[in-house]
Amino acid sequence: MAAVLFFIAAIGAVSGATGVVMLRNQFYSVLALVFHLVSLAALFLLLRAEFVAAAQVIVYAGAVMVLYVFVVAYVGGGEEVSSRSGMSILGPLLAIALAIELCVAMLGTALKGISGKGAPYVPGFGTPEHIGRLFLTKYLFPFEVASLLLLVAAIGAIVLARRRRGLEPDEELVTRYHPPRPSWTGTMAEAGGMLHFDEPDAQPEGEPAVGSKQ
Amino acid sequence: MAIGWYLVVSALIFSIGGAGVLVRRSPLVILLCLELMLNAANLALVAFSRMWGGEDGQVFALIVMVVAACEVTVGLGLIVAMYRRQLPIDVDDLRELQG
Repeated sequence: MAAVLFFIAAIGAVSGATGVVMLRNQFYSVLALVFHLVSLAALFLLLRAEFVAAAQVIVYAGAVMVLYVFVVAYVGGGEEVSSRSGMSILGPLLAIALAIELCVAMLGTALKGISGKGAPYVPGFGTPEHIGRLFLTKYLFPFEVASLLLLVAAIGAIVLARRRRGLEPDEELVTRYHPPRPSWTGTMAEAGGMLHFDEPDAQPEGEPAVGSKQ
Repeated sequence: MAIGWYLVVSALIFSIGGAGVLVRRSPLVILLCLELMLNAANLALVAFSRMWGGEDGQVFALIVMVVAACEVTVGLGLIVAMYRRQLPIDVDDLRELQG
């Protein structure tokens, strides 16, 4: 039973990966990656890593892939013209050589555990309790560094993707803003320029506005 | 199943991802192929963790996932910035940094 499940999940993972590379439409590539990630989560379950499998499905196939789909929809990924450079022939050859080399290196190794089914199963192996205990005791420093890295990446992404002034020359800023009240009074939305008044002549200049002190 | 089979699958996924990074031209698909390579490393980590019976490999698989999420956010931010500046979304045309 485990062998059948393994082969189904492995074929799914490898064909999903091939689909990511081969499909011309970027949207289909993202969908193929979702399929690959779900198959990989099944492989993780077979390896008794249930928490990693759950995190894979929720974080990767859920959140990160939604981000990808948003960006593909925003950028408008169409069909991609295949590369004319020699890399389109050289790349697959290099990949086949790398795969053969890795298989030879891993299967020809002297590790005795590779041909076995792994260590005897301990109840609770791979549960969130064990992983969390490791994260908060033995691997506390990598855990904190990971949180710092997430913070830096979030700030970096905001700085990179933010709308900068001067990037789009055809989009003019709203400068025609006549405050209906004297300075330093009124709401924050008016002060920040959030409210735009289309008829500035409705209130004559010089006359104190409604609600001011004079 | 023997642990070696999982390592073979991991090697296959890694080389498919490497081929994708070399062949494809859109930076978005290149990011997807980087995800493939990181996932292959994850599979190897979890397989070795099963082989030794310790959860340390799974902990580092989770940390690799965190690093992959960071890489995705920054990479997608770069792609959005490129789109806003109306640069070509094509790694063969973006060769200003090559000198």
